[in-house]
Amino acid sequence: MSADLVNIAQLALNGMATGAIYALVALGLVITYKATEVLNFAHGDVLMASAFVAWGLIVGLGLPFWLAAVLTVAFAAVLSWQIDARVMRRIVGQPQFAGVMLTIAIAFMVRGLVSMFFGPESRTYPTPWSQQTTHLGPVVVADLNLVILSVAMMLTAGLYMFLRRTALGVAIQAASQNQLAAYLSGIRVKRVTSLVWALAGAVSGACGLLLAPIALVDISLWIVVLKALAALVLGGFGSIPGAILGGLLLGMIEQFAGVYLPDGSKDIAAYVVLIAVLVLWPRGLLGEAHGRRV
Amino acid sequence: MRFDYDTSYHDGKRLLRYPSQWLAYGLLVAGLLIAPWVLPSYYVGELNYLFILSIASLGLMVLSGYTGQVSLGHSAFVAVGAYAHAWLLAQGVPFAASLLLAAAISGLVGLALGMPAIRVSGLYLAMVTLAFAILIEHVIGRWKSVTGGYNGMPVDPPVLFGADLSDLTSFYYLCLAVLAVVLVMLVNLMRGRTGRAFVGVRDSEAAAASLGIWVAGHKVLAFVISAAVTGLAGALLAHHVQYLTPEGFNLLLSLELVLMVTIGGLGSLRGAVLGAFLIGMVPALISQVKPLLGERIARQFGLEIFFFGLILAAFVLFEPKGLNGRWLKIRAFFQTFPLYRKDVFRRGKSYMKSERYR
Repeated sequence: MSADLVNIAQLALNGMATGAIYALVALGLVITYKATEVLNFAHGDVLMASAFVAWGLIVGLGLPFWLAAVLTVAFAAVLSWQIDARVMRRIVGQPQFAGVMLTIAIAFMVRGLVSMFFGPESRTYPTPWSQQTTHLGPVVVADLNLVILSVAMMLTAGLYMFLRRTALGVAIQAASQNQLAAYLSGIRVKRVTSLVWALAGAVSGACGLLLAPIALVDISLWIVVLKALAALVLGGFGSIPGAILGGLLLGMIEQFAGVYLPDGSKDIAAYVVLIAVLVLWPRGLLGEAHGRRV
Repeated sequence: MRFDYDTSYHDGKRLLRYPSQWLAYGLLVAGLLIAPWVLPSYYVGELNYLFILSIASLGLMVLSGYTGQVSLGHSAFVAVGAYAHAWLLAQGVPFAASLLLAAAISGLVGLALGMPAIRVSGLYLAMVTLAFAILIEHVIGRWKSVTGGYNGMPVDPPVLFGADLSDLTSFYYLCLAVLAVVLVMLVNLMRGRTGRAFVGVRDSEAAAASLGIWVAGHKVLAFVISAAVTGLAGALLAHHVQYLTPEGFNLLLSLELVLMVTIGGLGSLRGAVLGAFLIGMVPALISQVKPLLGERIARQFGLEIFFFGLILAAFVLFEPKGLNGRWLKIRAFFQTFPLYRKDVFRRGKSYMKSERYR
């Protein structure tokens, strides 16, 4: 293989590794969006909070990684469940804007609380895969990135099957399409909605757990949610496979933009993609086509 | 209770219709005019900042409150206005011309964003504007020849017709005058044909179009007006902070502006000003209460953002009509004195209605 091809393959793989994180975050966003039509701006902050909790458990208390991982995911799930059950439920039926504002408010509160409890310093913690790399032919990849990629794939497949094949999954879909009708056919809409939030929270918890060793545990970790939005738009808003595809593609776009385009374009690539896709092609790659109802 | 009794056609068009309104607004204006002579200079500085925020908040209110177009990226226009003004001043353009040109440049940027952005609405528009604000922040950081990049850029003091306005008191009157002019212009715009078209577009695009309103044109127009007014606020802000850096116009500023219009009450200019005052005062108030909270909590910078979140959540949950809605309720209570009932403003029970197909 020529050096150029190896270079491109390496970049693509790096891009997919970053993209897998965007995909995972986007996955959490899209679940809540599909079920409740709330775009959860607090998602990134739940992620950030779980990264801090994981740090507290692993470094602070000295727990083994797997126990800490389970506790962290549980923490994120319970936090998200509570956010829905105590706060978000009250604004059901109000315009979409209210949901945006309320999740931003929750995001601010979570961010404020975390920085009050843990302080502004960045930190890091070890995982079983830190500092290890795998050679795939001439291409090198960090083990942690492979883990993230496979977790993203497994979660997507699992969620897809769950929503399509199980009774609870179908109930979630029903509740997302018409709350009143779902309620009248015996679905406990409130509980189902909270469950979806908990599910999304668990995904973001897992994401925070895996992202933190790469990007440092820091308050600014929430910014990944903006990249995830771009991924979501690229893949098609409201589509679960689209979230994964968009995430992986966006990661690669960023990598290639960083190498082949002028200095600084890596930082803005995601936002350029977001604007361009929304303005020129709002359906995205795998989005459902929606007509406009007058 | 008060009953309208008009004796000429002009009665219905007056801005201040009743003696009580003349009295209330007259007292307000008189109070604001003498404020810098009686208040300590710290509070005058704070008031300057609040006036500037009010102008920016009014700009966003035109777009979000009246036309229903959510923008999470208005810090971009503040930044464009501020940098354009500072750059023009550095090129030797006179202050007044530079102020207006900065607003015009910001308006043009609003046009450039608005024309493609009106193709999407709701959440999608929120995301486009958010991404736009981040883009502008990066562009300012990179465009070193004009903006000084991340090192920042000093701002020349304001000189109007040979008079230096850089001391607190003269700058106070400058900000107050600009705010008053913007407010009166917007009040008149909003109760006229254009403003009513904006509200029509917000409430139902289909109905507005069938009444012969050019929906796309009015959306873009709202973008331009909003961007120009916000840019004007940015130009004044440049003098307030005196040294511009891209970090001063980050995402938090955008979100603070959205907070102001939401907390103030969407669709009301009074709300925009009230919201700007409330949100603008939060940092100062927090620094006042900090000594009471104990050492460990008080030294953390997260307190401010936590309170922003708390206030916003409280308003969305308990008073979705914002400060203006609360004001209307209080006024109704006194105007109809023994007759006021809570149910007058009661909200009905509601289920989720899909906005996916809108």
